[in-house]
Amino acid sequence: MKSKQSIPYMVPYVLWIVLFVILPLLLMLIQSLQDIHQQWTLANYANFFRSGTYLKMTFNSIFYAFLVTVITLSISYPMAYGLSRVKNSQFWLLLVILPTWVNLLLKAYAFIGLLSQTGTVNQFLGFIGIGPQQLLFTDTSFILVASYIELPFMILPIFNSLVEVNPSLPNAARDLGATPWQTLRRVIFPLTLGGVRAGVQAVFIPTLSLFMLTRLIGGNRVITLGTAIEEHFLITQNWGMGSTIGIILVVAMGITMYVTRDRKKRGKR
Amino acid sequence: MTQPIIEFRNVVKKYDDHVVLNGVDLEIDAGKFYTLLGPSGSGKTTILRLISGFLDASSGDILFDGKRINDVPAEKRQVNTVFQNYALFPSMNVYENVAFGMTLRGVAPAQIKTKVTEMLELVKLKGFEEREIDELSGGQQQRVAIARALANDPKVLLLDEPLSALDYKLRKEMQYELRAIQQRLGITFIFVTHDQEEALAMSDWIFVINDGEVVQNGDPIDIYDEPINHFVADFIGEANIIPGTMVADNLVHFNGQDFKNVDGGMRPNEPVEVVIRPEDVDIVSVEAGAVTVRIDTVSFRGDYFEITASDMDHHEWQIQSTNGVEEGSRVGVTFDPEDIHIMRLNETEEDFDARLEAYDEE
Repeated sequence: MKSKQSIPYMVPYVLWIVLFVILPLLLMLIQSLQDIHQQWTLANYANFFRSGTYLKMTFNSIFYAFLVTVITLSISYPMAYGLSRVKNSQFWLLLVILPTWVNLLLKAYAFIGLLSQTGTVNQFLGFIGIGPQQLLFTDTSFILVASYIELPFMILPIFNSLVEVNPSLPNAARDLGATPWQTLRRVIFPLTLGGVRAGVQAVFIPTLSLFMLTRLIGGNRVITLGTAIEEHFLITQNWGMGSTIGIILVVAMGITMYVTRDRKKRGKR
Repeated sequence: MTQPIIEFRNVVKKYDDHVVLNGVDLEIDAGKFYTLLGPSGSGKTTILRLISGFLDASSGDILFDGKRINDVPAEKRQVNTVFQNYALFPSMNVYENVAFGMTLRGVAPAQIKTKVTEMLELVKLKGFEEREIDELSGGQQQRVAIARALANDPKVLLLDEPLSALDYKLRKEMQYELRAIQQRLGITFIFVTHDQEEALAMSDWIFVINDGEVVQNGDPIDIYDEPINHFVADFIGEANIIPGTMVADNLVHFNGQDFKNVDGGMRPNEPVEVVIRPEDVDIVSVEAGAVTVRIDTVSFRGDYFEITASDMDHHEWQIQSTNGVEEGSRVGVTFDPEDIHIMRLNETEEDFDARLEAYDEE
């Protein structure tokens, strides 16, 4: 039931959506359909799907986002599960979330300091006689830092879904003969799938277009769609191609949302 | 004498310095319907959790079939619980909930199907197999919870205030059904409730719990007719409790008069409490009455009137009568010698039982 009184409260929302979501998307769509001389064309899309480079970048983006998602998920679930069962869990959780309040670039530079040739890690490796190693500008370092940065976004929704599980359900499972592992797998995990989905979305989608890290930590060895968009807008000035890749990313996000949607009515609380 | 299926020997449960159970002894025989009855915080649910294994006793022994089970984890005990909020698994449908225990044990699918069908028939939910939990009413969820617990073939079924969330009519219906299920299956039921009416209606045997101790145990009629002390008399049903003295066997003095009664075995002139149930009090004319009272309030309860009145000694009387009386009027009340029950102050359950036996034999 809508009442007329609620209309004034909708104004900020509608303004926001129109100015910052619908208009930019429209502009991007229009630009993606134009070449550099503002002529209508589908050439950008044809380019994208014909060139091996773009497809490889797309594959890279998805592959690395997938890796980061899997890594953060496999660390976050046990971590969130442990946190949900200790005293003062909100406080311990806060410590995990705290780094998200620090700017991404600052954290990236901190990792450069840690991982560089003369960095702390290499000093330690040298001390135990296996260093220095090339750490920075490797795939591994990129995945490590990206996982570190995305981890809180995975933990938070999982933690929230875990604390929402009725505490008498694990008791009921035990009562019926389930071991702690069976209880986790058959009762608790299915009930926290919503949190896992939200976490996967919150990590996978932004990681698709990560680009500063690819440069600062990955040393441009990892080139993702995010990097490509930056290049087209700032360096080659080919806004049409940049927008095309942007649209592709939006579509990829849509697909991700669709794949990770809440499929059945079941599993919902 | 047969071996009790569950036995508590001086079981103590405390959290830091807070004592929840203070040396509980009890014996549960196989195949009967037991009720642990007590107010909130009395420790009755603690006893249930000690049996199911969700809590560990601080000291004392818990025996199951004669074997000490203090250190047996909950999932290995041959008891199942119907939880207060049912605790059904929301991610599974009715069938999967009932089958859960069996799938854990690796029972063959065909066998599981037979058992689930049987259990759902038992709780009158045939045809509900594919329903989701959130599509069920409270009463139906309750039935699924019972079916799920019974599908595991427990030797003892624990029920933790399972009916408290249901409305009055449904609760009554479930009381009959639970009783019928228990008698049909012959499994020991241990039912926890704070509702004395529920306890009296369903049980073979009641343990009245207060402040972490078993205050009295007996069959419903004994508990109602022969409460051991003020707490039990007051908690189980309504009661008029009047201080008096026991002049001699079968003669008690209260309200300034001597009354004949049927209790004995006390010291001469021992101070006691006299219990008279409201339904045993009859309203008569002032001349015919043993005690004269003034009617304070009259409240209509459908099948009877609940009347409060006060006598000259300022004792309050509760009376149940099928006929109404006028508020403010003076009437007499009478009661028969058998309606008077005497309670000694601070009598232990052992002494109480011994005394009852002694003078019953005379």
